Amino acid sequence: MSKPVFVYVIYIASTPEKVFKALTDTDATAKFWFGNAVTSDWKVGSPVTFHRDGKLIVSGKVLEHDPPRRLSYTFQSQHEPYNGTEKHSRVVMDLEQQRDQVKLTVTHDDFAPDSKVFAGISNGWPLVLSSLKSYLEANRVLYAPWYDEQAKREAEKATS
Amino acid sequence: MDAVFKALADASRRDLLDRLRAENGQTLNELCLRLAMTRQAVSKHLAILEDANLVATVRRGREKLHYLNPVPLHEIGERWIGRFERSSLQALRDLKKALEAE
Repeated sequence: MSKPVFVYVIYIASTPEKVFKALTDTDATAKFWFGNAVTSDWKVGSPVTFHRDGKLIVSGKVLEHDPPRRLSYTFQSQHEPYNGTEKHSRVVMDLEQQRDQVKLTVTHDDFAPDSKVFAGISNGWPLVLSSLKSYLEANRVLYAPWYDEQAKREAEKATS
Repeated sequence: MDAVFKALADASRRDLLDRLRAENGQTLNELCLRLAMTRQAVSKHLAILEDANLVATVRRGREKLHYLNPVPLHEIGERWIGRFERSSLQALRDLKKALEAE
């Protein structure tokens, strides 16, 4: 096994079952993952997709589905400018009950040696994990910086 | 959040985080190289950083790999930086960088 590239840890005042459900549920991910809705039947080998505003953003395959302890899938960015040109990387989520909280560890590795997807992801995960925590603890989600950029682009399109 | 600020209130520990930012996933031995600190001191600092969740560790065989975990820092940003300030702060940072590069 290659050395993991990213390891992110967050503690959430919740149960492993609830965290696991949030990570695998279409409606929940659409809320806390900034509009990125996950869909899969979560059988090993089945496809995993993330759609935002009807567009395919990420696709992959289920590697492990062991609720509520471990979830793993391959990950390929399908949005601009990558459009599925880079090889699949791998996401592993480990959930561990620690007293009244859950330790969630996200490991993301197996990137292409000259990966460009990598840089974007390193900014993205802390935001997604903080939003997940807010969603489960306070039923509130965070705001993604790219909402502004998106709104700006749409406003420019509308005026031109 | 107290643990995060206490962990950051030490130059040696900030230096260790810088080193992990430059190269993530280092072992204790690798982190001790070229440092004017004893192995015990580095180990103690890493434990404080790990307690504050600023460092995440992964076991690989007999090795323990250390990773910079930016999640708590992100939570601090979320608490005090408002959504509409983010782009103006970015612009200020770009200006500072450009002026200092001259």
